Amino acid sequence: MSEELFRAMAQSIVDGDIDAARKLAQQAIEQGIDPLDAINKGFVVGVNYVGDQFAKGEMFLPDLVLAGEAMKAAVATLEPEMARRGTERKTLGKVVLGTVQGDIHEIGKTLVGTMLAASGFQVYDLGVDVPAERFVAKAREVDADIVGLSALLTTTMLRQREVIQALEAAGLRPKVKVMVGGAPVTASWAEEIGAEGFSEDAIGAVAVARRLVGA
Amino acid sequence: MPGRICSISDPRLRLEVLSPEDVQRIHTATLDVIETVGVRFPSLRALEIWEAHGARVDRQTMIVRAPGALIEEALRHAPPVYTLAARDPTLDLPLDGHHVYVGTDGCGVEVIDLETGVRRRSCLQDVADIARIADYLDEVAFHWVPVSAQDCPPESRGLHELRAIWRHSTKHVQTESIYSAREAQAAVEMAAVLAGGREALRARPILSIMECTTSPLGHDGGSLEAALVGAEAGLPVGFMTMASCASTGPATLAGNLVVGNAEVISALALIQLAFPGAPVFYAAAQTAMDLRTGAYTGGGPEDFLFGAATNALADFYHVPLSMGSFATGAKEPNWQAGIENSLSTFMASVVGSDMLLGVGLLHGSRIWSYEQLLMDCEIWSIIRHMMSGIVVNEETLALGAIREVGPGGNFLKHRHTKEHMRALWVPRLMDRRPYEVWEERRDGAREWARARAQEILASYHPEPLDPRLDAELGRIIAAVEEGAR
Repeated sequence: MSEELFRAMAQSIVDGDIDAARKLAQQAIEQGIDPLDAINKGFVVGVNYVGDQFAKGEMFLPDLVLAGEAMKAAVATLEPEMARRGTERKTLGKVVLGTVQGDIHEIGKTLVGTMLAASGFQVYDLGVDVPAERFVAKAREVDADIVGLSALLTTTMLRQREVIQALEAAGLRPKVKVMVGGAPVTASWAEEIGAEGFSEDAIGAVAVARRLVGA
Repeated sequence: MPGRICSISDPRLRLEVLSPEDVQRIHTATLDVIETVGVRFPSLRALEIWEAHGARVDRQTMIVRAPGALIEEALRHAPPVYTLAARDPTLDLPLDGHHVYVGTDGCGVEVIDLETGVRRRSCLQDVADIARIADYLDEVAFHWVPVSAQDCPPESRGLHELRAIWRHSTKHVQTESIYSAREAQAAVEMAAVLAGGREALRARPILSIMECTTSPLGHDGGSLEAALVGAEAGLPVGFMTMASCASTGPATLAGNLVVGNAEVISALALIQLAFPGAPVFYAAAQTAMDLRTGAYTGGGPEDFLFGAATNALADFYHVPLSMGSFATGAKEPNWQAGIENSLSTFMASVVGSDMLLGVGLLHGSRIWSYEQLLMDCEIWSIIRHMMSGIVVNEETLALGAIREVGPGGNFLKHRHTKEHMRALWVPRLMDRRPYEVWEERRDGAREWARARAQEILASYHPEPLDPRLDAELGRIIAAVEEGAR
């Protein structure tokens, strides 16, 4: 019975069907299935399949994003039940993410957030035009492992350095690692400002984040 | 005819990618989007203009929903024809629907150093060097800011870039690198110094401003305000959409055109509401997201179709078009760059796009390459040649020559050949040498392009900007920097 449910859960992720994922998660709660089993034996199987297919070139980025969104919906539905049972999902690490102050470009940062969440990170997305002190405050509040900084302009890119300096001033470094991205950002810029991670795209960002937390 | 600038003039080739009915449907859908979905204008000044003209404005979300009739009425004030003035009037660029001009691409962040061949971060000296070589090349009709002067302070960077170009070229400058009202005000002041006052600048705008939209269906507040400052001074201003299929726009090409069109015409309408009759232009560099990486591709069949389709929209609104072409996604001047830049530029040229952007950048407009610059100029020269088509008349039918040479003879020594051969295209960078010659030297377009760039930069020194004017520009920039402290 639950085997069939687990298969349907995996399929809902593969299909990127957010409604189905949410309903199946609800069904699991009603049937008394351990939410961690629902995640690990059901939904995660779908995530892994999509990841494999993507690596083979058979599925594409929108498939990954939709799968990620479906996964997020499923986990959100299961969370109250996990809290009730006093269990929690093991994550790879906590990432505070945002586009730096003065910059309103969103899509790259959001994509990175979705990919990281789908890969098992706990992501706190602060949105766009985020001042340095908000990155610092959030990183301290959630005990972040990584702070991710996005910028699309050469003029706002300089703010990435300011956030790193603010994290240092707050005594959060080097425990909190920093990764940077955005069209004008290069590996040499990342090195210059002391960011540990840089990637040109969202897929690469997952690999970088995994490396930074030693996963 | 513009001076010594090699534009395409009255292209004889034709291509219709969108039928008049298609264009009408895209237009209707666009108005529907602007009216019911809305477009975000995160600028108080912009929102107030919209409100004053009866658009529905949500101050919280900064989303404007404007009736179609308001947009259409506003756009009717846009002048269909005007001239991009150059400091040297023989280099003026009439945007009259009969010409296609190409500019340098922008705004890159790295440069492949001409001497060392090593890729490095771009700086102010690069802007100056590129301006000088672009001033020299007849293929380049106007400048964009080719790379970012990353060694200059962020609040005045766009101004240092303009000054560097003006110091080394008398061609028209279109900046895509200014996105705040303060910087735009200073840029207008600088342009007025060179033009001989505000009114002289209005009459002969030696500077135009291009701003990017924020897809989907949004704008950047600073960019909007910079454009308003420019339009108020009579500078041509344009908005460029880079909406990409499957990421910042729908996966379908028609849907992506609707999203981009809504962004561009809503912004142009705003400018017309604020300053009726101000010269504006449509700008676009739409593409399809790379399905594997999510990247902006800088090439591919979708880009080429957009290149040909967008001019139908700009024509529909009777405004000039600045169209993204060239700008390959390739990492170095190679097979991919050749294909992408040739096809994108062909498609945008064959429909008569007024301005093309632009030559010289690699990796989706991020890395400047002098080699690519000269290769792009060669591509431009091929396409320009094709656009003149085939002239059929008594002289070109050459019956006299054919009769005199007859079967089995040759045309080499015939007078008709000598008279007409110079109309045939001659390459600079294509390798047409005997195989043995190539085998011995193993060189080609890249080496020749690099050598020519080095030669131009070593030998070409345009007359310097009047030191008094230059000092005046310096003072304006210093005042901006002072104000930022």
